Amino acid sequence: MATPENKLAFDGGWEYDPAPESTDHVNIKKRYGLFINGEFVAPEKGKYFDTVNPATEEKICRVAEGTEADIDKAVKAAREAYQTSWGRMKPAERGKYIYRIARIMQERAREFSVIESLDGGKPIRESRDVDIPLAAAHFFYYAGWADKLEYAFPGRKAKSLGVAGQVIPWNFPLLMAAWKIAPAIACGNTVVLKPAETTPLTALKLAEVIADAGLPPGVVNIVTGAGAAGAAVVQHPDVDKVAFTGSTNVGRSIQKALAGTNKKYTLELGGKAANIIFADAAIDQAVEGIVNGIFFNQGHVCCAGSRLLVQESVADEVIAKLKDRMETLIVGDPLDKNTDIGAINSLMQLEKVQSYLKIGKAEGAEMHQSSCRVPKKGYWCRPTIFTGVSQSNRVVQEEIFGPVLAIQTFRREDEAIIKANNTPYGLSGGVWTDKGSKIFKMTQDMRAGVVWANTFNKFDPTSPFGGYKESGVGREGGLHGLDAYVKLGA
Amino acid sequence: MAKQNERIAVAKTYKIYIGGKFPRTESGRYFTLEDGEGNVIANMCRGSRKDFRNAVVAARNAQSGWAKTSAYLRGQILYRIAEMLEGRREQFVAELKLQGSTKRAAEKEVDQSIDRLIYFAGWADKYQQVFSSVNPVASSHFNFSVLEPTGVVAMLTPDESSLLGMISNLAPAIAGGNTCIALASESMPLCAISFAEVLHASDVPGGVVNILTGLRSELTSQFASHMDVNAVIYCDASEAVAKTVQELAADNIKHVIGRDRVDWNSDAENPYMIRDTQEVKTTWHPIGT
Amino acid sequence: MALNAVKTSLQLPDLSRVPAVDEVGVNERVARFQTRSIKTASKVEALKLILSMIDLTTLEGQDTPGKVRQMCQKAIHLHDALPDLPHVAAVCVYPTMVHVAKDALKGHNINIASVATAFPSGMSTLSVKLDDTRMAVDAGATEIDMVISRGKFLSGDYRYVFDEIVAVKEACGDVHLKVILETGELGTLDRVRRASVLAMYAGADFIKTSTGKIQPAATMQVTLVMLQAISDFYRETGKMVGMKPAGGISTAKLAVHYLVMLRETLGNAWMTPEWFRFGASTLANDVLMQLMKQSTGVYQSADYFSKD
Repeated sequence: MATPENKLAFDGGWEYDPAPESTDHVNIKKRYGLFINGEFVAPEKGKYFDTVNPATEEKICRVAEGTEADIDKAVKAAREAYQTSWGRMKPAERGKYIYRIARIMQERAREFSVIESLDGGKPIRESRDVDIPLAAAHFFYYAGWADKLEYAFPGRKAKSLGVAGQVIPWNFPLLMAAWKIAPAIACGNTVVLKPAETTPLTALKLAEVIADAGLPPGVVNIVTGAGAAGAAVVQHPDVDKVAFTGSTNVGRSIQKALAGTNKKYTLELGGKAANIIFADAAIDQAVEGIVNGIFFNQGHVCCAGSRLLVQESVADEVIAKLKDRMETLIVGDPLDKNTDIGAINSLMQLEKVQSYLKIGKAEGAEMHQSSCRVPKKGYWCRPTIFTGVSQSNRVVQEEIFGPVLAIQTFRREDEAIIKANNTPYGLSGGVWTDKGSKIFKMTQDMRAGVVWANTFNKFDPTSPFGGYKESGVGREGGLHGLDAYVKLGA
Repeated sequence: MAKQNERIAVAKTYKIYIGGKFPRTESGRYFTLEDGEGNVIANMCRGSRKDFRNAVVAARNAQSGWAKTSAYLRGQILYRIAEMLEGRREQFVAELKLQGSTKRAAEKEVDQSIDRLIYFAGWADKYQQVFSSVNPVASSHFNFSVLEPTGVVAMLTPDESSLLGMISNLAPAIAGGNTCIALASESMPLCAISFAEVLHASDVPGGVVNILTGLRSELTSQFASHMDVNAVIYCDASEAVAKTVQELAADNIKHVIGRDRVDWNSDAENPYMIRDTQEVKTTWHPIGT
Repeated sequence: MALNAVKTSLQLPDLSRVPAVDEVGVNERVARFQTRSIKTASKVEALKLILSMIDLTTLEGQDTPGKVRQMCQKAIHLHDALPDLPHVAAVCVYPTMVHVAKDALKGHNINIASVATAFPSGMSTLSVKLDDTRMAVDAGATEIDMVISRGKFLSGDYRYVFDEIVAVKEACGDVHLKVILETGELGTLDRVRRASVLAMYAGADFIKTSTGKIQPAATMQVTLVMLQAISDFYRETGKMVGMKPAGGISTAKLAVHYLVMLRETLGNAWMTPEWFRFGASTLANDVLMQLMKQSTGVYQSADYFSKD
């Protein structure tokens, strides 16, 4: 057993100097219009809003606030493009346009990374190594499907749907845009995309790429704005398909709003994933998996491993190691290459996370945070764990969407499964054990759409992603992700 | 009126089917089924929201066991249902006729129903191979996606095609490991309950299929809103009903499957009917030593 | 996993209770260390620390007193053009060269490490290995780098391997014992972890990856697994054990990654030559070139740095 004097020390000593990513190659305009019908246009009502760097609370630039009239214009452009160009184009040629998008994104990857971190607060290491390359890979993957759809649906003919209205969240701004746009246009649809209010910039840069790639005007329209603009996209009568990623509550209201419309929809909603650690697991890698599961992207991840279920016999050891590992996490400037945890995306989200910290403590849970320094300005939350919690704690039940982990213990396999599944959500889950047959048993019994065994928070364009139960409807990614963007006929 | 010494026929009491048992509706209510000339055919159970609740409990309890039943065995059980239905062919033809079908149409419907069961029996251990995938991810992981049953499926079966339509919805759902609660055709419910007897005699574990009779107007919202139901299927619904189902289903993000204008004779034989009530689960595992 | 069954430090631990190691997870963690960007003052500090941790090594069949003397000269005078340089931690030689190194390093606070125990294969009897060890110690070695019997380990004779280390440790007396696992022959990270645990419980002061004679030699992956074993051993027993990756670390950049890994795995207490060494023959010059570049701002040529 570890004794207090045998604790490792990570403070003081050799420290890493700041290693800021340079921003001089980044081109951000002072003001962005709406990308409709292949060009940037002013919003009908002439309103703009600031987009803010959550790490500094400083304004980056102004972005058009789209309203219903703009959405209508965008949908008309999309319909026109669907009818006159994109919907009629030879699939192979469609694919080549999408390949172009992927290639240009790769060429401009670093610029995208920097802007993603500036606008959303995520560490440059993640935007550079995860978000942007994965986004480009998505376009590359789906480009190839454009002329091969007949092989994706045996016995059926896949036809495009028409205009897809897509509303995406702020946690992976460009990646979510790619997840939505790539399969939609590969299947021959046209798109109206509404980026999240707090993170519109990389989608607007993507609009530039789409223009540079020479796509016919109107194939992809990107309309920034607030929640009302998103609602207008969802409710527009000439939208054939709605794709939404965001909270379960909004997803629910979208599903209701779509009732009786015959619009096809996919919903990628919340989660409260259990990450189950057995005593026979590769413990040090499991600890790494816990860290990656909950602290990746500040915990702003719908599939985050926000509930740790650890077998009692190793609980003390795992928690001690986790606390040590948390001490080595660097919280701060998202543009510093050494930053592990960046800024909380917005003041609103910070307040929400902080409210859960209060709730956790008020419910009697023991809270532990890493001892790291955080900058004075900006929105920050130290990596946090709650111990001494049970299924009845709110921090166990509710999606916090921040770097906050609730830790529970269990004794037996069946107990772990019961606790893991004891949630209205069913997006993802994790299991760590060195025993092969137990892996299959556990992953089979978990009611979740993505299960990571001896790993966590892995994503790939070829790998379908999506939830069971209240975590959503439909899949994105892979062969199964095509389904959302076609209608099948005999 | 029976003549003297003539044998009095024994009329059948049509009950509902929940958890492998045939209770009367807990509500004690009934609705009268008449033939075309206004003669009473039967007093049908007018199932209640509590009956539905009990059926959901039964379906939920049966869920994990049925989902884990081997695909081969599910196929065999579906085949067995077909065998038992074949054995009772005449009864079903008679019931259909009683409800207004011509002999020819009734025979055709029963035959097709039997064949449909055989069709989906055959799919039970094959659809997984058609729809699952191994995904070539870029990292050192083995990654595969398989189908898993959505869970408990509530279905408002077609009113017009009372036997074939119901079987066309039930068979793919249970072939895929789901458990179900079906609301029988309101205007022609006789076969549905007789079919429950067939299921009962066919090694289908109790609770896998539950069948209620009753009023659509009363039960639709229950089917759509219950929080422990994972998917709801509606068939040939009016726009207003479809809208209601979709709205209520949103409370727990149910999967909603609308099967409107389906020609149950010709359009209901494909594995996509199974896939409709399946989830895709993707599993990752590292590849290393 | 707790190894509570172990009562004294000299009982063979239950190796079946050593936690499993997932190779892909280790690779991912290592990749994370490599994304750390070490700049300006922290880089200079790291480079100097690296120099002070080097066991400057020559272990060749062709070694001669002349070669050993030249290397010792380099150990003392790393690059006199740069002021305030530390000296290396040790030189590492064969037992027959210990006396040469001792003479050459007289008056300098540089350790003399000697390989022993029928290095590099370890294919000899225990008595030969003990004689080998004593000879090196008697000749003035302050550190002994022994090799484990990999054949015995792979065939499951852990008791033999354990007892052998205990015996060599005893032969070392007060001299520090580094136990070379020769990870390149162990094949999996699971076995690396088990061998580390075995060596530490047998009394190793340091555990060391490789002889340098087998490929792969040190990798960040095996080093991480060994550091994690050290961490567990420390939690368990309160005893610090040192770590020496050896072979294949020839660039300053890679060595800095090792330091990052050390810092984030074991913390600051290990960030000294007392607890961490690099077994290397050519690393020092690359570190010196980087230091010179930091001081002058100009990229360097190897022609300006002595090769001994």
